[in-house]
This record gives sequence, C-alpha cells and structure tokens, in this order.
Amino acid sequence: MSDPADPAAIDVEVKGLVKHFPPNPAPALDHIDARIRRGMITGLVGPDGAGKTTLLRLIAGLLKPSAGELRVFALDPVGNPGGLRGRVGYMPQKFGLYEDLSVIENLTLYADLRGVTGATRMESFRTLLSFSDLAKFTHRPAGKLSGGMKQKLGLACVLLGAPELLLLDEPSVGVDPISRRELWKMVTTLAERGLSVVWSTSYLDEAERCGEVFLLNHGKLVYGGPPADIVNRLADRAKQIRGIVAGRRTVLQRALRSPEVMDGVIQGNNVRLVLREAGRPPDLSALEAGPDAQIVPVKARLEDAFIDLLGGGPGGDSELAKRMSPRAVDAGAGTAAVISAENLTRSFGSFTATDHVSFEVKRGEIFGLLGPNGAGKSTTFKMLCGLLKPSSGSATVMGIDLRSDASRARQRLGYMAQKFSLYGNLGVAQNLEFYSGIYGLTGRRQRSKIAEMVEVFELQPYADSIPDGMPLGYKQRLALACALMHDPDVLFLDEPTSGVDPVSRREFWNHINGVVQKGVTVMVTTHFMDEAEYCDRIGLIYRGQMIASGSPDELKRACTSPEQPDPTMEDAFITLIERQPPQAGSSAA
Amino acid sequence: MSGERTANNWISSRRLLALCRKETLQIIRDPSSILIAFILPIGLLFIFGLGVNLDTNAVRMGILLEDDSRQAHLFGQTLSGSPFITAVPGHTRAELERELKLGEIRAYVIVQSDFARRLNRARASAPVEVVTDGSEPNTANFAANYLQGAWRVWLQQRASEQGIAAPAAIDVIPRYWFNPSAISRNYLLPGSLAVIMTIIGALLTSLVIAREWERGTMEALLSTPVTRTELLLSKVLPYYALGLGSMLICSTLSVLLLKVPFRGSIAILLLFTSLFLGSALGLGLLISTLTRNQFNAAQAALNAGFLPATMLSGFVYDINSMPAVIRAITYLIPARYFVSALQTIFQVGVVWSILVRDAIFLIFSAVFFLGFTAISTRRRLD
Amino acid sequence: MIRRLLTLIRKELLLLARDPQSRRLLLLPVILQGFLFPFAATLEVKNSTLAIFNQDGGAASVEIAQRLSQAKAFPTVLLLHSQQELRRVVDTQSALLVLQIPADFSRSIAGRKIANIQAIIDGRRSNSAQIVFGYAQEIIAGYVDEIARNHGQMAPSSIVIRHAYNPNLEYRWFTLPSLVAITATLGSLIVTALSVAREREQGTLEQLLVSPLTSGLIIVGKVVPAILVSLLQATLLTLIAVFIFGIPHQGSVALLYLGLLCYSASLAGFGIFISSLCATQQQAFLGVFSFMVPAIMLSGFIAPVENMPHALQFVALANPLRHFLPIIKGVFLKNFGFADSWPGLWPLLLIACVTLSLGYWMFQRRTSV
Repeated sequence: MSDPADPAAIDVEVKGLVKHFPPNPAPALDHIDARIRRGMITGLVGPDGAGKTTLLRLIAGLLKPSAGELRVFALDPVGNPGGLRGRVGYMPQKFGLYEDLSVIENLTLYADLRGVTGATRMESFRTLLSFSDLAKFTHRPAGKLSGGMKQKLGLACVLLGAPELLLLDEPSVGVDPISRRELWKMVTTLAERGLSVVWSTSYLDEAERCGEVFLLNHGKLVYGGPPADIVNRLADRAKQIRGIVAGRRTVLQRALRSPEVMDGVIQGNNVRLVLREAGRPPDLSALEAGPDAQIVPVKARLEDAFIDLLGGGPGGDSELAKRMSPRAVDAGAGTAAVISAENLTRSFGSFTATDHVSFEVKRGEIFGLLGPNGAGKSTTFKMLCGLLKPSSGSATVMGIDLRSDASRARQRLGYMAQKFSLYGNLGVAQNLEFYSGIYGLTGRRQRSKIAEMVEVFELQPYADSIPDGMPLGYKQRLALACALMHDPDVLFLDEPTSGVDPVSRREFWNHINGVVQKGVTVMVTTHFMDEAEYCDRIGLIYRGQMIASGSPDELKRACTSPEQPDPTMEDAFITLIERQPPQAGSSAA
Repeated sequence: MSGERTANNWISSRRLLALCRKETLQIIRDPSSILIAFILPIGLLFIFGLGVNLDTNAVRMGILLEDDSRQAHLFGQTLSGSPFITAVPGHTRAELERELKLGEIRAYVIVQSDFARRLNRARASAPVEVVTDGSEPNTANFAANYLQGAWRVWLQQRASEQGIAAPAAIDVIPRYWFNPSAISRNYLLPGSLAVIMTIIGALLTSLVIAREWERGTMEALLSTPVTRTELLLSKVLPYYALGLGSMLICSTLSVLLLKVPFRGSIAILLLFTSLFLGSALGLGLLISTLTRNQFNAAQAALNAGFLPATMLSGFVYDINSMPAVIRAITYLIPARYFVSALQTIFQVGVVWSILVRDAIFLIFSAVFFLGFTAISTRRRLD
Repeated sequence: MIRRLLTLIRKELLLLARDPQSRRLLLLPVILQGFLFPFAATLEVKNSTLAIFNQDGGAASVEIAQRLSQAKAFPTVLLLHSQQELRRVVDTQSALLVLQIPADFSRSIAGRKIANIQAIIDGRRSNSAQIVFGYAQEIIAGYVDEIARNHGQMAPSSIVIRHAYNPNLEYRWFTLPSLVAITATLGSLIVTALSVAREREQGTLEQLLVSPLTSGLIIVGKVVPAILVSLLQATLLTLIAVFIFGIPHQGSVALLYLGLLCYSASLAGFGIFISSLCATQQQAFLGVFSFMVPAIMLSGFIAPVENMPHALQFVALANPLRHFLPIIKGVFLKNFGFADSWPGLWPLLLIACVTLSLGYWMFQRRTSV
C-alpha cells in the first residue's frame, strides 16, 4: 500500500469507460476518463440520469463495464472482487438501511458482515455513534429516523471496517441544511485522515467545495479537474444588476435577449448575469432597469461554469407565455390574496406535520415554500391544493375555502406533482389528451390546445415516445404542459426541478416567469435554496412551523452579521434555524 | 481489519448468522409475512377441510307418487327414509322440473301411475322415472348409482316377502382400506398441506429478495464481503424454519381439530416437508432473483407455484384422469410427489415403494431449483 | 361529465393494453383456463386400473372377470394371484379398486344362492374409487340380469335414468361454464385491485385527486374498464368453450352478459376496496389472492355448496361466485330465462351495491384524509 500521506496517489483510475444498458441505444456512460485521488473529496456532479450512480456502481464492482478500463487500487473490481473486499465502502441512495431494524441492529449487522468483532467493534461503535450523534437513539427503528439521521447512520455503517475508499451516492439529497453541513464536515475529517471519498451530488454548491469534480451530463464527461480551474475562467464574467426599481423579470428577459449575455437568473431583487466575454456588459439603458441600476461584479460559481460548458443558458423568452392570454382579474378582488393560509395545522395522530402556518400570496406572485424533506412543506402544500384536509385552521384559494368547497376551486388550479407523475406507458399525445380531457376540454379546443403545447414545449421529437423513454428535462416540460392546458389561474408546483439539469431548470423558470407576468399566481416547493431566489416571497418551513417569511433579500438581510456579511439563502436558513428555541423531547430529531 | 479476505465461496458462520438474524427480525416485524405464513394457511386449511366436501351426504331429491297404491307408498317411504336422500315431496311434474332447473333439487323420482301393476310384469324398465341434474355430474352420478342399487334391493326384499324365489344375485360388498368412513376430507387435507407449503415456500420467498432490490438494501449488501452462498442460505434457512413451523401447526390442527387420521411417523413427515420446502423455496428464490420486482414476483409465484400445486398435483383432481400430455407435465411438478407422499403418510403409514420414489424426485427437484438459483444469483447488478 | 368519464375509461384501457405486465396478467389466465384446466380439472375417473383376485376357477367367475376386463371403463386390468399381491397393489396405489372373487363363487351362482364379491376400495382416493366401484357394480348387475334371464326368471327391472341438461354426464360441460365465471372473476378483480394502488405508486393518483373529478367519477372510471375487460375475457373463454369444446349454449346471450355484468360489478367494487386500502400493488395483489382462493373453493366449483356445513353455506351467501355459477351453468346448459336467473341475480345486484359502496367509502377515506 502506498504512503497514505502522498497527496498525488491515485486510488481509482478510469479510462475510456463505456457502459450500455440494453435495450437503450444511448450509453449510460460514454467514454469517461476520471481519477479519484487519495485524501480528498472528489465530486461526481450532474443531473439525474447523467450516469453518476452507474459510475459509482462500476467502481464498487456491482456492474461490469461494457468497454474501457477501470482500476481500483490497481485491481479490477469485477475480475478480482476478493482483493477489494473491505477496502471499498459503498453507500447507495436511500442509504442501504434496513428500516425494520433499529440503529444498533443495523450497525451490528454491518459489523458482522465486514468482520469487525470484539474490542474493535465496541470501539468502533462508540466512535461512530458519537461521530454521528446517534448515541441516544440506538434502539429506534431506522425507518423512524429523520432524513439527516438516516444519512449519518448510513455513513456510520459504511465506515465500519475502516474502508480506504468511500463511495457516497447522493448522500445529501433532500436533507436539511444543518445536517448537510454536518455530514460534509464529517466527511472532510475522514478525507483529511487519508480516506478517498467520492461524493455524488446534483447540488453544484457542494461540488464547488470538492477537491476535484467530474461533471457529467447525459453520460458524457463535461469536465474533470479542480473546480476552481473552470470557475476562475469565468472570474470576470459574473455580474449582478442591482438597484432595479421594478419588473426585474422583464429586465432579465431583456438581458437574456442581448447578445452579450450568456446566462442569467433572478437573485432576490437583483438579476445575476454571466457574460459571454469579460468586459462586454450589455447596454444598461436598453434594459430599462431604472435610474439607480448598476452592474456590479460578483464571484463566479461552479454553476456558471457548468452552463458555460454546456453551451450557455436558454433565452429568456417563453413561447408559452407569449401565447397565453392575460388572466382576468376577479372583479372586486383587488389586491386580495389569491392563496391564503391561516393557522393551518395538520396532525397525524400525535405527530404534528404542519403547525399553525399562516401566509398569503397575492395575484401574480411566486411564493416558495422552502425546507428539508419531512419538515412539513409537502403537507402544507397539499392542504392548499385540496389534497389533504386541515386538522384546523383554514386554507383558501381564490376566496374559496378548500375545507368545504374544494371542487369549485379545482377547475382553476393547475398542479404538477413531484417526479412529474405522467402515465409512463402512454405516449406524449395520449398524456396530453388525458389531462386536457379530465379538465373538460373537448373537440377542436382540445386539439388546438394540445398542438399548441407540443409546439411551445418543443415536444415534437418525442411525439411518438413514452415518458419512460424521455430525458428528464422533456418529462418536466410535458408535465408542465399537462398542468397548464386548462388555463388555470393558480399553479402549484411540487419540487418541479428536482434532479433536472441546470439548463432545463432555467428554461422551466423562464416559463414560470412568463406566465406570472400574465397574471397567474404560482406556489412552488423546493429544497434547492437557490431556487428561493427566483421567488417573490418565500416561507421557510422547519419542523412543521414557518420560521420565517418574506422576500429572499429581506431574509438574507435579517441574517447578515459581521461573520456573515453576504449570506446565501442556505446560510440564512441555517441562521434562522439556529435562532429557534430548542425543542424539548423532539421525536423527529 | 485488513486481514479479512475471503474467497467467493467461503461461508463465514458469523456473517451467515448475522444475515439470518436480520432476516428473522424482518419476518417477525413484518405483518404481511405473518399473514401469509400462518393466517392464510390456517384459513385455507379450514376451507379445504370444511368447505370442500366431495362426499355426497344427502342428495336433495324430489319424490312424486303418481300411483296411490300401497306399494308405491312403501317405495316412497323407503326412499325418504334413506340417510342418503333428503326427500322433497312434489305435487306435479312441472313443479319438479322447475325445482330441478333452479337447482333446488338435484334429482327427482316419479313413481309412475301404473307402478303396482307393472311390478309383477316381466318388463325391462322399472315403473320409476328418475331425472338428475346433469349440470352437477358428480352428484348426478352418485344419485344414479344409489337409486339403481336401492331399486334392486327393494325388488329383492319384495320378492323375498312374497316368497318368490330370489333370482341369482351377486352382492358386492365394499370395504374401504385406509379411509373406512370414506371421508373426502381425509385425503383432501393432507394434499392441501402441499398447497400451503407452496404458498409459504414460493410466494413468500419470491417477495423477499425482490423487496431487497426495490429498497436498495441489496446493493449495500453486495458491497460487503458477503458471498453468494451466504446470501442464499440466509434467505433459505429462516423461511425453511417458518415452513416447518407452519407445517407442524397445520398438521396438528388437521389431526386434532379436523380429525384427520395420521398413521405415519412425524420424522418422515418432517423429512418430506424438508425435501419439498427445498423445491418450493428454491422456486421462490429463483423467481425473486430473476424478477427483482415484487409485483412480478408474486404473479410468477402464483402461476408457476400455486396453480400447478392446486390443479396438477393430484390433490383434488386425479392425475390418472387427465389426458396423457398433461399427465406427462405433472411428472415435472414437485407438488405431485409431495401430495402422494402426504396422502400415504397420513392415511396409510409407511409404504416404502411410494415414499422412496417420491423422495428421489423431490431431491432432484430441490437440487435443480436451488442449484439454478445459486447459479443465477449474481454479485453484480447487471 | 360524460366526456370526462370517457377520458378516464379510455386511459385505463390504454394503460392495460400498453403495459406489458398487464397484458401478461390478463392473457395468461385465459390461456390457462381455456387450454389447460378443462383437461386437468375433472372429477371423472378415466384410465383407472382395476385388479381382480379370482380365487375361484369356475365358469361364472371367469365370465365376470372377462366382462370386467373388456369394459371400456377399465383400460387396465391386473390379475392377482395372492393376498400379498393384493396388499401390495393397494398399498402402492397400483390399482384403484380390487375385486376379490371367493373360492365358492361359481358354486353359489349355480346353486342360486347369493354370491359375494369383495370390493376393496382405496380410501386414499375415496371419491374416484367410489365412482369406479359404481362402474363395476353396473357391469356385475348386467351379468346378474343375464343369468336370471337364462334361468327363465324375470330379470329385475332397472330404472331408466335420464341426466337432464347433460345426458352423457360430460364433466367438461360442468367445468367450462364455471371456468368462464372464474375468468371473469380474475379479470375484474385484478384490474380494479391494481388500478388505484398502481396510480398511487406512480404518483398519478394525486393528479386525479387535484383535478375537478369527483371520487365517484374516478371510481366509475376504473370500474367500467374492469367490467369491459372481464366481459372480453369471458367472451373469449365462451367462444373457446362453445367452438372448441362443443359445450351447448342454450340460454340467451343477453342473459349471459347481464349476469356477467352484475357479477363483474360486484367484484370490481371489492377490487376498488382492496386497492384503496393497500399501499402498494404487490399488497393489493396478495389481498386479491387471499380473497379469491377461498371464494373459489366455497363457490360450488369444486364441491357442491350443499355439501358444506350449514354455517359455511351461510357464509357463502356473501360470495358472488356462489350465486353466479348456477346462472352461468343455467344459461349454457339449462336454457335459463330471466325468471330462472332472478334468484341468483338479485343477490348479485345486492352484493354489487354493497361492494361498490364499500369501495367508494374506502377510496374516499384513503384519499381525502
């Protein structure tokens, strides 16, 4: 074994790796070259379907390469599994835990399987339980742990037997930001001790903190190397337009139309741009941002580099929004809230999922519900769509009380479920026909609407496919089309961009921005802190309660401190959580 | 830690025990396993034992006397008095026809109007008309046979009353071996145990591995030093214990509550159960390994395990009566041999020729299924 | 509203046709029941072996033995020569029935005394053995009649027995109509049981619930395709029964479909109930299985309902198949009219109302919680 302190030691070598999964003609991995070095965290980055899990499984020896070379500690994982047993620890998605078994039973099982016995076991358990902060929960069934705790338990199980290489498959997905940071700290400590860690993620901010990253998209390697290298290339191209008086979305659209701009997103009250060339900003006056607007340089991010490598972001115009007619304002509605929640509460037995949540959303606003999985945002969200009945409190949409009269509201609601529930075996046209049909569209109107959607969302190339065979970005488009065909006034989007590549995400938000300008009110949930910036106002949900609400900038300002002069949304969230009084005897830690 | 390198085929007792413990805990904590392993079998046992009764006890028969003579009435009384007939007096032919059509009676007897007169005439056909409901062939057959026999006996008694020389007669005396009361339950229940073992062996285990795949824990297991053999054994052993336990409970219930005779030895019963469980578990695990999806696994287990065990094992439907092609197929079905062994063990005792033949086939099939599963279990996901 | 319902129905049917898993699930039973079960599921006794232990050498016994050997009912006849052989033959199930003719048989016949024959019946297969015993008795009775006539005596008359609706007591005429009913059972139950659970697993159920569709409409949108599928499968099997197996078809087609309709509806309600109750497709499948096996056992398909203990007969009243089997046999074999079917139809309608209401209630409970 080579010197553990040698930083240049390469533990995993990947050359020209190809993996096919017949009958799929496109390869899951297409000629990947990569290397994992000792003593650092290597990020495997990309959207869903990029090939991250496939690559991890190949390294773990669970799949056989179709072509190319793969060496782990200079051995072939498929040809020589014995040589690698015990040296590689693999934590799959969903953490590989047995939900019916308690924490200690899971640990004991993995200890037995990895040959950790006797005094070593006692010592390891002690260390791991304190490391993962699970010492108080040894007898709780793994299924009843919170997301963060499961993640740490999963890691603890993998660390039994002291492997030299750790493969972590999306370990931080959907987990609350505090747990995410704790996990990152744990893994960094491990790397410093000489472990090699592969951390796969679709969060680009995590990727930026890795020693090296390998960016994958549709099975191809877009970039491999230290993140700083590509980020630095864009150093002078990241700008922010500040001091916009009103209509930042329109400003963004105009900016995206100008040839100097490669990519742009909304950031709170500002617009963040990435220029095609440093030193050639767009013409500020043409953007009509207002007299006080100025262009200010900001720090470039890995996401900018990724988009740059993918060829640039989409334009800002939404074909969909162009064709949409403006929503009529309800007479007398004025500035009344379109969506309103008042002391909304929902309990399941003794567990309160949503605890006295109140907020309002005005016409034409985008309101975001933010929070980790299990915090209660889905429950709150479902009550506002009419899918769940509140235990107490009221949920009102367009003035209609959903508790008593939900059916009246439904014709004017649009809904996009998590994971884009489409009928996987029915074709694109059939899905569109179905969803328009159940909302009452018939005959010519139905046909023309469907044709419009196919055109607007550019679904033509997949017209004969079934959703199961489509890339995720296209599924997302189809799902949005299905939600919009009946011209709803309010749109509910449940984690609409999870797992999607950044370019598709921007396109999606272009559409949303577009429809909002026509008067549609949008409520969105997400666990991507960055998406919060695209909303007009957000509500932070943690442990069933709304711990803060307001515009993204307001919340960030509230969390600014000397140590944290320029907090991100995630920093703000963590600060706000830490300001919460500790809960006594929490059941879901 | 670095010292622990095992070749692919070793079995580490520590790992095996750990996996078995995990499996057992999961079984105990999962209500659907308890349902399938105990509640469903006991329910089926009672249904087979009580609900499926092939012994025709008392056939509902309509009786119409078109003759008012003493003889006719006597004959009518003989029929009504029979323990095998539940007599339903009828008033008109049309009424009887209607009742037959609707299934209210399964046969009717019309004592014709010239009954007394024709008794003394040399005629081939009796002055009695019998019509059965052919849509229930088993019952119709029984009723027909019974009535023919009853008529002859009645004629003989009449003849001896009148002092007429009885014609030559042959009395065929039936004696039942092994099931003197000829209770169909006694042969249905042992056979039904085979069906129950199939449910546990094939259906339950087919879900188990598929579930690990679906939940993602299989991946995690495969990345540990665990070997294929350990993995398979850890699936087989706990379910084997479960199957044996269930068999003991069901057998005890059959014997004590449902009064099925048991003339063999418990040791041989356990031996054959073990052999059959080998095939059933092997089938279940094979399905689970190949399909990796709980829903498809359940379907496959049903079609490949449960249906053959019910229809083609000889437990209800006699194999000899099936067409040759299907009979040939039944040679490949392990349940057939288990049913045969069970029926012998329960009702007869030890008949070596049958038991040895059955045992040999069961061993082969167990080796086949378990072996095939072992080969198909891969350490890789593709 | 009708258009929305039609949209739902169309979607369900498309899903069933497109999903390879569903296709298999629906096609396989039809094939099995059309082509395997009619041959396997028979309580008739064919190809059975008879053994004769003739301890008498006289003319009469030889004559009887010959007649038995030549009878079509016994393709194989074993001639035994010792008690041990008899014992072995029965123990090893080599013969279903052994007839032991004692040494004084021919003498008794000649002396016009009552002669005995011992029939040793393998109780392990009591039902089949009894049937075979019946065949043997018939042949022997024929012989007895002949002797009587030879001696100038009046042969005892025998009853002419007519088997109504199925003159040759063809077992298949009983099995195949029942299999049509069972196919309809599977189709209806499986389609509904999987429908809600699958949508829940895939996540599309939420989309339905958030739309203006009412629960009632959604349920009707699932029940109707199930009934259609089950009618289709039953039709296929009926065609196989009539054209390949030659089962008579006396009653009216309209009545057949009316019965099938009521029957499928009653099962569909139950399927919706199970599907709403269970979280996954696999649980729903097991739930359906746990219901179906007892339902088929206790319906009269294997053994008649009247043979069951009274308590179970009472329980069986809740089983729709128990009410439907007489109807379908009646339509095929007995030229049933509407009045004849009514005693079976009204319980089906009642059960359908109950199960559909239960299904609706459970669906409501589990979706608008």
